[in-house]
Amino acid sequence: MDEFLIRALAAGLGLAAVAGPLGCFVVWRRMAYFGDALAHSALLGIVAGLLLGIVPLLGVIAVCVAVALILAAQGKDGSIASDSLLGILAHGALALGLVLLSTLDKVRLDLMGWLFGDILAVDWPDVGLVWAGGLAVLALLARHWRCLVAIAVDEDLARVDGHDVRRGRLVLMLMVALSVAAAIKVVGVMLVTAMLVIPAAAARGAARTPEQMALGAALIGGLAVAGGLAISWQWDTPSGPSIVTVAAALFGVSRIMSASCR
Amino acid sequence: MSSAALVTLRGVSVAYGGHVVLDAVDLTVERGRIVTVVGPNGAGKSTLLKVALGLILPDAGMVERPAACIGYVPQRLQVERILPLSVRRFLAMGVGQGGMNSVLEAGLERVGAGHVLGRQVADLSGGELQRVLLARALLRKPDLLVLDEPVGGVDMAGQAELYDLIAGVARDEGVGVLMVSHDLHVVMAATDEVVCLNRHVCCAGHPETVSRHPEYLALFGPRVAGSLAIYTHAHDHGHSADGSILPLDGGHRHGPECRHG
Repeated sequence: MDEFLIRALAAGLGLAAVAGPLGCFVVWRRMAYFGDALAHSALLGIVAGLLLGIVPLLGVIAVCVAVALILAAQGKDGSIASDSLLGILAHGALALGLVLLSTLDKVRLDLMGWLFGDILAVDWPDVGLVWAGGLAVLALLARHWRCLVAIAVDEDLARVDGHDVRRGRLVLMLMVALSVAAAIKVVGVMLVTAMLVIPAAAARGAARTPEQMALGAALIGGLAVAGGLAISWQWDTPSGPSIVTVAAALFGVSRIMSASCR
Repeated sequence: MSSAALVTLRGVSVAYGGHVVLDAVDLTVERGRIVTVVGPNGAGKSTLLKVALGLILPDAGMVERPAACIGYVPQRLQVERILPLSVRRFLAMGVGQGGMNSVLEAGLERVGAGHVLGRQVADLSGGELQRVLLARALLRKPDLLVLDEPVGGVDMAGQAELYDLIAGVARDEGVGVLMVSHDLHVVMAATDEVVCLNRHVCCAGHPETVSRHPEYLALFGPRVAGSLAIYTHAHDHGHSADGSILPLDGGHRHGPECRHG
């Protein structure tokens, strides 16, 4: 096996291990559109990174975290529906990113790579970043697990039970922001929410507890990464869409299996 | 008696975007007492409970909450079907580490829902879920129970049982109860104090007194109030925390905006 494929597999599996459990919270709390909004605004981060001469991924992380913080701060004011605010932030940032992109003299940006992912181009430092970031997120997730599950059930009950709901919500948003930034490298801006939502939804059928679902989502995500890369290698298809296609197929299989068990 | 207060609200006002939901509301719940909030839709009943719980911060006024442990039954709980959560786990989450299986099962038996322990929360019927929520609140061994229409969706026989259970917990264990109920019959029979709320406290006091109150009649209409007349019966005593009989203190008191007598 070629080394670039090993690197791609290492990065993809690292992402799946984080995106699976986090994706469970995304589907439990109906945050799928939040992931999408982060991904769209990430283009601004990419361009900003290029303009400032830093690694684009750092720009992406900065923008994703900033959007998450703005949304968390907005809280429950309620003067504007949160999905409307998400749309305004996402498309405002996307548009600003495209405007800034046009001001760059010569476009040094592989736009397709960012839109649909370029996992085959990751280098070892990227892999290291994904794994280090992934382990940090998993540690954070484990630390706040009880609180986060309680919030997923009901925020008011969680608060009465003595959980710090505000902190839990903020931690969750930041973790999703970081994993979205990492997932952009693998499957691209257009498909990033898929890595969060599809493995989690596929893991629902067989799971009886939140923990089983989180573990199952990580495994299914890993399977999708391995299968997608194999297909991409075999038939020379784009890697990101191949991974998401396999994940969607696995979701279909899980639906059929849980329907036949019933 | 102030040492027995589990939660005290003084002059609490809440407004959403200029719309006043609660206006200068006073409320105290003491150990072993059942305080029931009644009022029409949109009167701010749930908001009042959430202020008492600390879930909503009031725009004005103050809330003191000496209660160490609170059991809360929300008006509605929507658990997404995509979240795999058994009743056992849901109960254990509220109880903490001491949630042994036998304890949880006994807690469910108490509310007449022993058979649902292994079921998924999302699969429960409305009435079953209300029973589970009440079991969860009671399993926490609370000082204060805050119940927002606790028997909504429960069958008629079950409602009476659950209200008896709540009254028993207040009487025998000295738990303070703050409750919203639309079931005025029950309110009249098993409540120490009724707070009649329509954004402000219209009137408050012993059920018997309140039910004859002009503002109460105006709020619920003579038909409802009249149909209740058969059910009302004179309370000439109350109960202290240990269940002993106490003479009644105080009739009803007037809310700040009452314009009668």
